[in-house]
Amino acid sequence: MSDAEGRLWAPRSGAGDTVAAISLLREAALVPVIVLLVVVGMFVNSAFLTVPNFTGIGQQVSALGVIVVGESLILLIGGMDLSLEGTYGLAPMVAAWLIVPRAEYGAGTLLSPYLALLIMLLVGAFIGLVNGVLIVKGRLNGFIVTLGMTIVLAGVQLGIVSGNSVFNLPSVFTYLGAASVGTVPVSLIVTAAIFVITGLFLRYHRTGRAIYAVGGNLAAARAAGIKVDRIRIGVYVAGSVLAAVGGLMEAGRVSAVTGQQGYQEGIIFTVFAAAVIGGVSLRGGRGNMVGAASGVILLGLVQNIMDLSQVSNYWIEAVTGGVILVALLLARVIGGEAAAE
Amino acid sequence: MTVPAAPAAPATRSVVEAAGIRKRFGSTQALRGVDLALAPGRCLGLVGRNGAGKSTLVSVLSGIYAPDSGTVSFSGQPAPALADVGGWRRRIATVHQHSMVVPGLTVAENVFLGRQPGQGGLVDWRRMQAQAGALMREWGFPIDVRLPCARLTVEQRQIVEIARAIAAGTRCLLLDEPTATLERDATARLFTRVRQLTASGAAVLYISHHLEEVFEICQDVAVIRDGEIVLTTPTAAVSKEQLVAAMVGPDAVASPAAATTTDSRGSGTSARTTATTARLTVDRLSAASLRGSLRDVSLEVAPGERVGITGLLSGGVATLARVVAGAQPYEAGRVLVDGRPLTAARPDLALLAGVGYIPEDRQAEGFVPLLGVAENATMTIVDRLAGRTGWLRPQARARAAGPLTRRLSVVSAGLAQPVGELSGGNQQKVTVARALVRQPRLIVALTPTRGVDVAAKTLLLDELAEVTSESGASLLLATDELSDLVICDRVIVLVRGQRFAEFTGPPFDREALIAATEGLASWSGVWTISDRREDS
Repeated sequence: MSDAEGRLWAPRSGAGDTVAAISLLREAALVPVIVLLVVVGMFVNSAFLTVPNFTGIGQQVSALGVIVVGESLILLIGGMDLSLEGTYGLAPMVAAWLIVPRAEYGAGTLLSPYLALLIMLLVGAFIGLVNGVLIVKGRLNGFIVTLGMTIVLAGVQLGIVSGNSVFNLPSVFTYLGAASVGTVPVSLIVTAAIFVITGLFLRYHRTGRAIYAVGGNLAAARAAGIKVDRIRIGVYVAGSVLAAVGGLMEAGRVSAVTGQQGYQEGIIFTVFAAAVIGGVSLRGGRGNMVGAASGVILLGLVQNIMDLSQVSNYWIEAVTGGVILVALLLARVIGGEAAAE
Repeated sequence: MTVPAAPAAPATRSVVEAAGIRKRFGSTQALRGVDLALAPGRCLGLVGRNGAGKSTLVSVLSGIYAPDSGTVSFSGQPAPALADVGGWRRRIATVHQHSMVVPGLTVAENVFLGRQPGQGGLVDWRRMQAQAGALMREWGFPIDVRLPCARLTVEQRQIVEIARAIAAGTRCLLLDEPTATLERDATARLFTRVRQLTASGAAVLYISHHLEEVFEICQDVAVIRDGEIVLTTPTAAVSKEQLVAAMVGPDAVASPAAATTTDSRGSGTSARTTATTARLTVDRLSAASLRGSLRDVSLEVAPGERVGITGLLSGGVATLARVVAGAQPYEAGRVLVDGRPLTAARPDLALLAGVGYIPEDRQAEGFVPLLGVAENATMTIVDRLAGRTGWLRPQARARAAGPLTRRLSVVSAGLAQPVGELSGGNQQKVTVARALVRQPRLIVALTPTRGVDVAAKTLLLDELAEVTSESGASLLLATDELSDLVICDRVIVLVRGQRFAEFTGPPFDREALIAATEGLASWSGVWTISDRREDS
């Protein structure tokens, strides 16, 4: 590089740092809100700012976090998947059903838990594949396809156990959701690892970058030689597998798979709220794992503060919904035009 | 029509009259005082080069834009307010190149769109269908009015639009390049309908790129150039050559100067020897497309050769480039790159075969707006930048993109700035960089200088010429902008999806090129004609 070019480029790379700084600011848009919530929590209940409470929050939001990673990937390619809720319930249910004896509403196969967990992942992958093929190759609307799929999955989940819940699960099955390393829940460690690995993957792997390209401009990505159909279907598969893992965590945490896990708590709404509060755009191509993680943490804190406060059980949902709307508004104000759309 | 003659029109009072219309968009003066009158029972042809102001004039006449100054009047009455859409529609109807029917509604509904017969907001379906059917029969249009418009052909949709105008009692019809997407037989039928309309006393403004059509159905012709009507005359009193001369204008003699740059690069083309394998072989290619169909087009591009494809973009120019780039499927024929067949509609495989593609619409296909300059510019080479496991460092991307973005003088706040934030010219440079960074053996450029300023345009053309000279890559430059062709060794003109003429050896005669793109066979240029045009 000649001197002239060197001078030409020096100020430009400086400007590039500014661009990076601005994007970091957007990523960290929720930090002030989270700090505010922690302060509020301290005033609400003295038990809030304690290690057991925080590990509790961590364990509680882990399952949500994993499924939010899955949904964020799908949102990034410009898609949406409502049926992650169904996969979150059905995949662990199938595994549990294959493990427990018939007397406990099992299939009677008494499968090895390890094999059952493998099948659980395959169930997730299969659901994602069906969704992806219908949406990408069949050119069907993602909202309707996954809405239909949600209902099918919830029905199968109820059907195979006749609406019952499956208890007495082996420790291999509950390990991910229930065990701890020291005071730190395994689920929290695994979820954190999933966030970090996915974040690095999105930033530094060619497939991760292709996900942004496909979501940002499908036609341009195709013209640049990216195999867009393969990427999109692959992301639906990955999202569903992550939802299955999230469901396993939840089942481990409560030591049971209920006939309505996922469906009952309407978890998909919380998933969308966390992703969008975290700056993942519903229009595709925009968002990252730092944002998604802060969205999850924020909702976890809100839930925890509600539990610790004197708010009546009957009013918790109304207050939570209101807080979500305020958080969206704040994220937009802090993060600028682009955030929370 | 027993009204006394208005001074502006020859015998009868004008149905539409535009006087002193001026319209400016930003720094572009699109119309500079246009006077135009349409007489009942006559068809006026409006011709002019791309960018001469035709479409702006159509928009003003049909009430889409208000002129900055000047007036539009209908049968002596001033035009309704811009907001009074219904008022405009009653007075003037426009049939666009791309049909404006609502595909989900039936023919009858489209004919009576917005004014369905009925009472109290309820649609009287039986009456609507009966009236639409009667209208179709009366005019001899063979269409079932109960069909949804989605199932109609392009020609039938045009008929629906014409029927809509007739049903509304409109006395004036604007046909904006109506034959651009029609087959030959359909064009003939359209002409019959236009004659029917004028015979019934309607005034028709016929806008076309095909001069022979204007001579066929128009009684009068007007030429617009640089936002001014430079010639208005009865068709019988003018020759095709005179029309072309009026469209091109006096500065056409400057065309050899524009081509001088080619001489300095002449040496680069000496590399073009009669190689054993052509870089690109297109063999009897036929493709149906809304962007313009292709019929039986064959051509070869030698290694290092720069071949221009010109004509109307909708006349197959865009389709040809897109097929070669793997962006579009085709029905018949073969496309070979370096002797190996190219898989249709697989841009990823075209890329691997060595084709670099600069798409027509950069907003749609050229870049991902949220991603940075370096990332967009290197999107075609991630397979090379990434290791076997697929991980890649942003620095590697910046290193690969840097030389090319500097060479193309991309102005940005660093290589990480999202391309969506750049100016149009710089976005186009990034799109070009994306195609060149893989060092393609064949560059397919579709209107690469569209919407960029003069400086960027010169730079882009120079770079395309230089890159091909340096690397021995071939260039297929598909464009409707004749000044882009200065860098070409050879130019092929497509008319209505077929090879019409070929110009070998620059500099190319600008007037002859224009005549050829208008489909004029007899011109005193030195070029071969590969067509069966028999008229004139």
